[in-house]
Amino acid sequence: MGIIKAKDLVYEYIRRDEDGNVEGINTAVDHVSLDIKQGQFIAILGHNGSGKSTLAKHMNAILNPTEGTLWVDGMDTNEEKNIWNIRQTAGMVFQNPDNQIIGQVVEEDVGFGPENMGIPTKEIWERVEESLRAVGMYEFRKHSPNKLSGGQKQRISIAGVLAMHPKCIVLDEPTAMLDPSGRKEVIRAVRGLNDVEGITVILITHYMDEIIHADKVFVMDKGKIAMEGTPREIFSQVEKLQELRLDVPQVTLLAHELKKQGVKLPDGILTTKELIAALGI
Amino acid sequence: MSIILDHVNYIYGEDTALMVKALNDICLTIPKGQFIGVIGHTGSGKSTLMQHMNGLIKATSGHIYFNGEDIYDDDYDLKKLRSKVGLVFQYPEHQLFEMDVFSDVCFGPKNLGLEKKEVELRAFDALRKVGLPEDLFYQSPFELSGGQKRRVAIAGVLAMKPEVLILDEPTAGLDPKGRDEILGQIKQLQTETGMTIILVSHSMEDVAEYVDRIIVMNKGSVMYDDVPKKVFAHYKELEQVGLAAPQVTYIMHALHEKGLDVKVDATTIEEAAGDIVKALRGKA
Repeated sequence: MGIIKAKDLVYEYIRRDEDGNVEGINTAVDHVSLDIKQGQFIAILGHNGSGKSTLAKHMNAILNPTEGTLWVDGMDTNEEKNIWNIRQTAGMVFQNPDNQIIGQVVEEDVGFGPENMGIPTKEIWERVEESLRAVGMYEFRKHSPNKLSGGQKQRISIAGVLAMHPKCIVLDEPTAMLDPSGRKEVIRAVRGLNDVEGITVILITHYMDEIIHADKVFVMDKGKIAMEGTPREIFSQVEKLQELRLDVPQVTLLAHELKKQGVKLPDGILTTKELIAALGI
Repeated sequence: MSIILDHVNYIYGEDTALMVKALNDICLTIPKGQFIGVIGHTGSGKSTLMQHMNGLIKATSGHIYFNGEDIYDDDYDLKKLRSKVGLVFQYPEHQLFEMDVFSDVCFGPKNLGLEKKEVELRAFDALRKVGLPEDLFYQSPFELSGGQKRRVAIAGVLAMKPEVLILDEPTAGLDPKGRDEILGQIKQLQTETGMTIILVSHSMEDVAEYVDRIIVMNKGSVMYDDVPKKVFAHYKELEQVGLAAPQVTYIMHALHEKGLDVKVDATTIEEAAGDIVKALRGKA
């Protein structure tokens, strides 16, 4: 069993009127099964309302399945006694950095998680240092988070999760509010965690170019997994993705456009280098 | 019919230790009917600048003229200005509050003191312009998807019939299709009604595709103010201030370096594809 495994996972949002009577049921996640191996870089795509955030919230037991089971490192999220261990195993980073930072000083914020786990003080400081170094924010350890840019704040949020030594990090649109350089900083930091530290990464995003290096991509639609495969396999299907309200990286789209105009090119070109090679120039 | 900013300065916390110069000697003319993109890294002064345009923040020094009148004159009606210059904030769906979509959109024009019939006509018109299906008009706004909520919020501002519409990152957090739909509808508004649009965005690709003119903000000053092609030609300088050119511009530069005879200033996929095909034919 992998680090995250879901079997026939269903989650229903129940709408109630003012008197508490059931008005309707929305099935946000509809019989999803998946198995994510330790150390993988996983991307989850899907339009707004496709169920990807709901699925992600199951991965550290913020939500519990209506039906089916989800295991984090072998622990069933339905069992109350597992919750703290699950949240230490799978950390979560959200979209808005301002909602996730509580400390007055960067290093205090990063130390908050391990402190709550009852880690000895000396080790907390060691963890704070290594986490801040891992996201390239060590030199800002004495700064106030208020004065940092969006990308820097988001990297502090990631360091805060990292200091809890999780095996897996789930990031739900961590770059949606950032400018281009902030986006680059965050994605570089996330890739580093995966490559260097071997942490399993689950990245939810609407930016297609952020996931060309992922090991595997899941595309969600109407609560189900509509497509799964490597980035190349997924991005080869430009029209299908567009039907699912998604997109492909600009290089891929350009190659697709050139192909339509008669240039001989393979499907699923993901980088400029590949395009140059395929054009034979 | 325009907005003119004349040597506008804005200082946060003047005469204190925390003094920050947020806007530095801004001179800009926003003529009627233009589609303008404003880009800049976080903290570059974009949002502060936008809040000056409808008088939410008063400049420390300098003047702002709307249709020839100084908005800082003692007898200037700022309330009227705010109905003429509509501002859609980031994540505007957080400001929805009514029981149903239609009432929410009515709120703005109702507060202008218009007659009930006129208010409702405007609300219908605004909701249609943002492309919201009619069967959603009487649903609770909180049951809509993210993209639909965002549209309702934009309709709420459109119902005030502004001459200028300012949107602060209207597509943040939306899926790619949602992004295209909203920007497409905004573009249509501009071409059909001649409304002036100012779009604050972090997406260089979106800006390149839709706007006529780009204003680049850096450290409270205007760094560049030109057509997209000319602005993105400075991609190296843009990178130094936390921005970038659209990815396709980088691709064209890479192809050019490899000796393919393409123009490096393409900013959209269509343009780039056409140019590459031409260059390949020229080579063959």
